[in-house]
Amino acid sequence: MLTKRVIPCLDVAAGRVVRGVKFSADKDAGDPIELARRYNTDGADELVFYDITASHEGRGLFMDLLEDCARELFIPLCVGGGLATVDDLYGVLRAGADKTSINSAAVRTPDLIDQGARRFGSQCIVLSIDAKKTVEDDGRNWWQVYVNGGRKATGIDAVAWAREGVDRGAGELVLNSIDADGTREGYDLELLSTVTGMVEVPVVASGGAGTLDHFTDAFSIGHAHAVLAASVFHYGVFSVPEVKRHLATHGLPVRL
Amino acid sequence: MSTADAIAIIDYGAGNLRSVVHAVAHAGLNAVVTDDEAVIRRAPGVILPGVGAAADTMENLVSRNLTGVIAEVISLGKPFLGVCMGMQALFTVSEEGGSHACLDILGGTVRRFAPGLSIPHMGWNQVRQVRPHPIFDGIPDGTHFYFVHSFYVDATDAQVVIGDTTYGTTFPSVIASGSLVATQFHPEKSAAGGLRLYANFGRIVRGDLGHVATRQTDTVGVA
Repeated sequence: MLTKRVIPCLDVAAGRVVRGVKFSADKDAGDPIELARRYNTDGADELVFYDITASHEGRGLFMDLLEDCARELFIPLCVGGGLATVDDLYGVLRAGADKTSINSAAVRTPDLIDQGARRFGSQCIVLSIDAKKTVEDDGRNWWQVYVNGGRKATGIDAVAWAREGVDRGAGELVLNSIDADGTREGYDLELLSTVTGMVEVPVVASGGAGTLDHFTDAFSIGHAHAVLAASVFHYGVFSVPEVKRHLATHGLPVRL
Repeated sequence: MSTADAIAIIDYGAGNLRSVVHAVAHAGLNAVVTDDEAVIRRAPGVILPGVGAAADTMENLVSRNLTGVIAEVISLGKPFLGVCMGMQALFTVSEEGGSHACLDILGGTVRRFAPGLSIPHMGWNQVRQVRPHPIFDGIPDGTHFYFVHSFYVDATDAQVVIGDTTYGTTFPSVIASGSLVATQFHPEKSAAGGLRLYANFGRIVRGDLGHVATRQTDTVGVA
């Protein structure tokens, strides 16, 4: 049976892993290679590297780091952060990524999804969506897409954007809840179940994991295919095996 | 390392070539990346990697003039390992993006998973070992491997299926015929189990993992 995936996410700035709270990096969380090795040994199903430095030097450091990790990690690697062109996607794939995660650039230029999927296959194109619940004066609730690291509202409906992204060729979606990110109060289950009920591709829950039950809920209530978390893993609040064992005791298939 | 005894990893522009190279090296195999027919012909074993679309794969193999040498080394009984698209390409025809003729080394059709499932089939799934084979040496039955694909092989001859996996339907995830082995999953992304599979292939190439299970009419030879 296809297992539920548990994915540690490494937000990397200037060669270090940092911890984000509501989308602003604050604390140092360690050496990326050391953490990646630990997750590999611990049975992580995949790793995400997110380059949150915008500078040219930061980019170089990040690419070196990616190459080093790819040489010794034999699980899938997804890479995101600042990827804006098909050439950018090609660059990280060549450096050892298996998938590319695109976000703001896809909102600005949706055709990047189509082009990337045509060139590298849908399985390489992960559309990452930063969404924030927005309540209108008339009480209407919706999720709005934010870009630029969660700083800029776009007026775009996240659920509609998810569907468009899949239609354009994204092979996987990551839903980052800006409200939940770094709070450890749980994934946005309503957003998750809305999107998972609507698209054919796998959906990854991101932002807000704080208890073991939050992971279970993302699968059993949100119908996610995978869960992504950062700080709870980096700081050892939970280990990957601990999360998987918890999922297993709730009847969810995992790779132990 | 000399290249004379190196396993040939066929380079036809597949996106995951480097992952395969790293994993094969980590598993202790001496390998060379090549699209040179002579090097492939001389190699003691051959790996055909792959990711992406069937039409592109076939187009690339044809334009680099590699289809003939692939058929040749397989018919001569050289140990051969196809991975993912490198497995699908071995069959008769793929329904991906219409209908594309493949290498037709094994009979069968590459079909899309039925609607109602999440597509691609992406993630870790179990391989049930339905026939013993040296490629499984030291790998427990039911081990999880990493899959990413939207199409699967419907093999004409059930005898070639040595491992299968269930995703909506049960499909062949490892096939073998003579000295040919192929996997639908990506061993290079399948942690310890995948590295072991590459190591086993290396041992088959060296001839120190017993004989490859043969079918009556096949000849097995380690070049």
